[in-house]
Amino acid sequence: MASNKQMYDKGKVVAGLVIFVILITFPFWYNLGKAAPAPELKLTEKAKAEKVCVMSKEEMKAGHMQLLDIWRESVVRNAERTYVNASGKEYSMSLSNTCLDCHSNKADFCDRCHNYVSVSPYCWDCHIDNPKEAKK
Amino acid sequence: MNAKYMFSLVAVIVLFLLAYAGVEGAGLHVLFGILIPYAAIAVFTVGFVWRIVNWAQSPVPFRIPTTCGQQKSLTWISPAAIDNPATNGAVVIRMILEILLFRSLFRNLKFHFNEGNRFSYIWEKWLWLGALAFHWAFLAVVIRHLRFFAEPVPFWVQWVEQLDSFFRVEFFTDFLQIGLPGIFLSGLVLLAAAVYLLLRRIIIPQVKYISLAADFFPLFLIIGIALSGIAMRYFLKEDIVGIKEFTMGLVTFHPSIPANVSGIFYVHLFFVSVLLAYFPFSKLMHLGGIFMSPTRNLANNSRTQRHVNIWNYPVKVHTYEEYEEEFREKMIEAGLPVEKEL
Repeated sequence: MASNKQMYDKGKVVAGLVIFVILITFPFWYNLGKAAPAPELKLTEKAKAEKVCVMSKEEMKAGHMQLLDIWRESVVRNAERTYVNASGKEYSMSLSNTCLDCHSNKADFCDRCHNYVSVSPYCWDCHIDNPKEAKK
Repeated sequence: MNAKYMFSLVAVIVLFLLAYAGVEGAGLHVLFGILIPYAAIAVFTVGFVWRIVNWAQSPVPFRIPTTCGQQKSLTWISPAAIDNPATNGAVVIRMILEILLFRSLFRNLKFHFNEGNRFSYIWEKWLWLGALAFHWAFLAVVIRHLRFFAEPVPFWVQWVEQLDSFFRVEFFTDFLQIGLPGIFLSGLVLLAAAVYLLLRRIIIPQVKYISLAADFFPLFLIIGIALSGIAMRYFLKEDIVGIKEFTMGLVTFHPSIPANVSGIFYVHLFFVSVLLAYFPFSKLMHLGGIFMSPTRNLANNSRTQRHVNIWNYPVKVHTYEEYEEEFREKMIEAGLPVEKEL
């Protein structure tokens, strides 16, 4: 049946459909021929030697942003600077002096995942990448 | 209780259980993670094109634009150029405004009787506001999700993300840790607007009366999508890098199943797949239909241009001259007047 019918305003309709299909298939042609594996993180020698972070690797992966938020709240509002982790070890609540002390390679550690999933945290607006610069 | 919305709600709950039990119980990661999403995007694209082509084959024999203002006529009468478009350019402008701002919904009126029998109109704008919030939030959510489907992430996706997360909810930190990762307003607006549009159909009796299961189903499904998405982002903390690796695998045709992703992610993915596959066969086709709508895409110019009905077929006519030619002798015999004597 349909083959006997004609399309009215064929030019406009086909043009619209071509635009629709191009928009819908955007992820397929934009990434054509590209492989995008998950980024691999580089640990500094110091981080490797330390072996454990303040929480387990899985907890840090999912919750590091919340931990930092709680730390900031605690330091800025309550003036409490000491964090005791699950295994009883004490840490100073400081992005520059604790986190970035081991993970001093922002470009190869922080940025890799952040860029991959398009997250732009504003930590770096104040905290300079290299903790040594922050101290002066 | 109403069979129509209960039916849709139960359908969405069954879909949830299917995906959750299918992945967590039966381990059907490949089915729900790879096969169904591919099938859904294929059904969506082919079905959408098929519906539009089908509509384009329907002739529109008459000019039937809805007119909301003075038609273009004599030079000293000021016409409503956009609300009563006389040219194709004005039609395009009216269409763009309709699609971006829902002007026709803005005119939505409610009728009621004041004290006694005084009939009055109320400018009912909540539906317009809810619909606008819903559609724009949905668009923002879709654009934001492109960060999982493009590497490197395009700058315009990042712009939308920045705009979407301008509102920093960090002042609850003492009692509720929800400020990080940054709150995306579009997700919350989408959920709130969908819930409003649902409640409207359930609470207002007249709207409830005309609502069918097919009206409730997409709303429940979209609420399910929004809830599962919000749950993953703010509460479950899914492995976002693993998910991006998975979605990038899908769009580069090298799919692989991520290791540490919970059943809720597959529920989210399955809901979206169902929405896409359902799209071409449902009222959601108004996405394409708005462009094909003869009350919106025609110029109101039937007084300046002749439009011939394309359905016209050649009608056999018998003019008076031919009639007299045929019956002249008999007419004269019967004493009837003729224009041409024998």
